[in-house]
Amino acid sequence: MVSAIAAKAEVIAAPRREVESVVVRFAGDSGDGIQLTGSQFTMSTALVGNDLATFPDFPAEIRAPVGTTFGVSAFQINFGARRIMTPGDAPDLLIALNPAALKVNLDAVKAGGTIVIDTGTCTARNLRKAGFAGNPLEDGTLAPFKVTGIDVSRHTEEALTRFGLSQKDMLRCKNMWALGLVYWMYGRSRQATVDWLNRKFAKRPEIAEANIAALNAGHAFGETAEMGGGLSGFTVRPAALDAGLYRTVSGSEALAWGLVAGAQLAGLKMVFSSYPITPASSILHTLAPLRDYGVTTFQAEDEIAAVCSAIGASYAGALGVTSSSGPGIALKTEAIGLAIGTELPLVVVDSQRAGPSTGMPTKTEQSDLHQAVFGRNADSPVAVIAARSPSDCFEVAIEAVRLATKYMTPVILLTDGFVANAAEPWRIPDVDTLPSMPVFFATELEGFRPTRRDPETQAREWVLPGTPGMEHRIGGLERDFDTGNISYDPANHQKMTDLRIGKIAGIARDIPAQAVEAGNPGGRLAVVGWGSTFGPISRAVDNLRGAGLDVSHIHLRYIWPLPANLGDLLAGFEHVLVPEMNAGQLITLLRSRYLIDAEGLNKVSGQPFKISEIEAAVRARLEA
Amino acid sequence: MNVTTPPKKLTDKDFASDQEIRWCPGCGDYGVLKALQRTLPELGVPREKLVFVSGIGCSSRFPYYMATYGFHTIHGRAPAIATGIKLANRDLDVWVISGDGDGLSIGGNHLLHALRRNVDLNILLFNNEIYGLTKGQASPTSRPGTRSPSTPGGSVDYPISAARFALGAGAHFVARSVDTLQPHLMEMFRRAHAHRGTSFVEIFQNCLVYNDGVFAHFTDREVADDAQIRVKHGEPLLFGAAQDRGLRLKPGSLELEVVKVGEGGVGVGDVLVHDETSPVLAMMLASLTPPAFPVALGVLYCNPGACYEDALAAQAGPKAADGPKANLNALLRRGATWTVQEGGRIADA
Ligand SMILES: Cc1ncc(C[n+]2csc(CCOP(=O)(O)OP(=O)(O)O)c2C)c(N)n1
Ligand code: SF4
Repeated sequence: MVSAIAAKAEVIAAPRREVESVVVRFAGDSGDGIQLTGSQFTMSTALVGNDLATFPDFPAEIRAPVGTTFGVSAFQINFGARRIMTPGDAPDLLIALNPAALKVNLDAVKAGGTIVIDTGTCTARNLRKAGFAGNPLEDGTLAPFKVTGIDVSRHTEEALTRFGLSQKDMLRCKNMWALGLVYWMYGRSRQATVDWLNRKFAKRPEIAEANIAALNAGHAFGETAEMGGGLSGFTVRPAALDAGLYRTVSGSEALAWGLVAGAQLAGLKMVFSSYPITPASSILHTLAPLRDYGVTTFQAEDEIAAVCSAIGASYAGALGVTSSSGPGIALKTEAIGLAIGTELPLVVVDSQRAGPSTGMPTKTEQSDLHQAVFGRNADSPVAVIAARSPSDCFEVAIEAVRLATKYMTPVILLTDGFVANAAEPWRIPDVDTLPSMPVFFATELEGFRPTRRDPETQAREWVLPGTPGMEHRIGGLERDFDTGNISYDPANHQKMTDLRIGKIAGIARDIPAQAVEAGNPGGRLAVVGWGSTFGPISRAVDNLRGAGLDVSHIHLRYIWPLPANLGDLLAGFEHVLVPEMNAGQLITLLRSRYLIDAEGLNKVSGQPFKISEIEAAVRARLEA
Repeated sequence: MNVTTPPKKLTDKDFASDQEIRWCPGCGDYGVLKALQRTLPELGVPREKLVFVSGIGCSSRFPYYMATYGFHTIHGRAPAIATGIKLANRDLDVWVISGDGDGLSIGGNHLLHALRRNVDLNILLFNNEIYGLTKGQASPTSRPGTRSPSTPGGSVDYPISAARFALGAGAHFVARSVDTLQPHLMEMFRRAHAHRGTSFVEIFQNCLVYNDGVFAHFTDREVADDAQIRVKHGEPLLFGAAQDRGLRLKPGSLELEVVKVGEGGVGVGDVLVHDETSPVLAMMLASLTPPAFPVALGVLYCNPGACYEDALAAQAGPKAADGPKANLNALLRRGATWTVQEGGRIADA
């Protein structure tokens, strides 16, 4: 049986070169199975104990015409024997399964890096379709790189003749052939992927076997063929990770599970309402099968109904959560105001994506910060927090639940397309040891008023409909501070406005003081980031500090309210540099709040920051 | 709806809140409020189990006047909020109050989807064919030619029929009544409440300030007998003071016609018998308009089907969302995992 290959360590002929970290990018047509290939490689990488970070980069079109540049799908992974903070600036190895994939990704490859191209797809027609004037394999276009042309298509077909598949079905296994080759390069076991294929195609064993045969053929090719270029074997030793049980996790998964954990720790049932939108939908997909965990998911008719049903659920005593991306959050705006006015808990997850309107749905950006903090009619503050990495989503989701239920307020949780889709190793927490944060519903009948509040947090009591003797009415009309009845009294409106603002501002007393991630709590320059820029900023600051520069890294989880000590902390630096994947949103907040001369480093290309971009910006300020 | 026995017999007064009612004196909304407050004690639902959810409009002030749980929400979204309430707690008895602008204009989409999902809600749509709260603009139910501040030359768009909209959306229960018909309204509320799934009741409601008398041609006492037909399941579709006129299928066509019993050889046996489970008949009845036809009032359609929350709960199986929660730790450890030992050695798990 082909599927019964042993998981024993691979025997290799030539000695393997040891490297500390590697960046690999797989690229091909959207129909080539690049994302699956990437996630399989990620799993095998995790299983050998490397640290890693991934960056799936795919088009919005489901199946763009074959061979076009806009149909190219790519998956980048950075793995190593040291801590890995980002998916890597530039690939050391590019596997391009067609000319369009080569064309789109060529600029990214490190000078001197290795390119493997499927020459079987390099017909004159495909080269033209990809926008090459001549043949890049011959005209010197690829001179700066080590290039290996392999007819992956033909090799795959040859390996699969005995299965009696159509040519189309055979070529579908091309990605596994390429994966087999890369597994050989990095000395990986194929077993986990073999198991996965057998599971995935349990109902169609012939397809599983064909894919496994292609995987094995690619691997055997690496072992036996004489290849030039950079195609030799490498070893990447395990990284020194903290002891514990690990898995890989994407931001969407960690966020979904964090919400479940938060609801359980609060002792609440969760109602998660959402309307499909990229890149937020994966949270809905992760939660939908989790009925047994106290989760009800609801695919609403639109984003307005999604947030409204979440508010209805919170009103009735569940944890209401809604999730979307920028355009959908815009639709939820009015209803978030209702949750503010009626003081009901609500978690709103915004997986940010690029551009105004529909923009670039599959590309990442951090440009909804102002929408989250300010984007509502009237003075209507909410708490806003942001996740920095895939695994961080778990903790941040729990924190969102804590704040929403403790302060009876909407909390907007910002992630982005990068955090949502990227994956990294995660030391699995023991949920049973997390501090519980039970919610209390109003029970004291004596002197009950719908506006009774906690004297410390100013949170309104949460009253469960169904409780005898506490029947009351709430709504979006301004309410009297004392009785909760409709009120147009001028002084009362002032008081209620102050109350709403003060309640959110008071959260600053209930969150940790802002810590310094790396470097000193004062000095020449602080790089201040939030959200998914965490990886590139920390690596850049590490590198710069290694080179002797006086740089510190401060990374915000709490966007609103800001941590109480932040103003003083920032005042201790000569320069404050704020890199953001937007035109300057956090910086506006910092400048207006603390009257400091912070400078922005802004990138809105739909791509994450490179480490080198942040290093260059810091150097420009410190070495000028 | 679940009916639980209340501890003591309540009266209509027990369902009136302490809030001063702010509708214009003489507004049709008063009659509907009274009819509901008089019906509720009969239903036997404890006050704390009742939730009134409304959108925005004159009619949507309704929850403030009820001594139950109430949520006055935002324009058009009450069906979505009510759906969320039901997702969180199926035991609550949820009523949605909406106007023709609220339910059929800004909130048309939510009404459509609540109806098609068949969430267990009682939706009362107060149709006054005008925007009351915003001072009298034409609404989606206004008849062509309606003069209003926003349509000084008369409205030129075709109106929507609330009952036909509901039937088209797949409603399982559609009824109609008039603000002034106390016993009839109460009967519709009882029927709506007894129906599990979305019950939709359209109430013709007079706005005496901005649209006074729009329904007079079939509600005024002098014309009511001839211009209304009260439909009842299993009974012939008769109307008129002497109950001597009836509806039947016009021979050779798919249309209703008015016939006079005793004339031209027509007997009571020739008149159609109301079948509230027939969607085709319901649509025909909902479409009747004066002066050629009487306006159909009563339960036009009632054909129960599984309601959304019940179907969802059935699918969840024994460990429903209300049950004990499954172990999250086990979920997080499912799939490929590995152990890093002290000193960094890897062991597959
Ligand atoms: C988002 C939003 N848009 C507009 C309004 C203004 N508005 C309030 S009530 C209403 C129409 C009410 O008409 P209807 O639903 O027929 O109720 P009625 O007042 O006649 O009972 C409008 C347009 C609002 N409150 N919110
Ligand atoms: S404006 Fe019309 S609908 Fe509104 S309260 Fe007055 S009479 Fe009633």
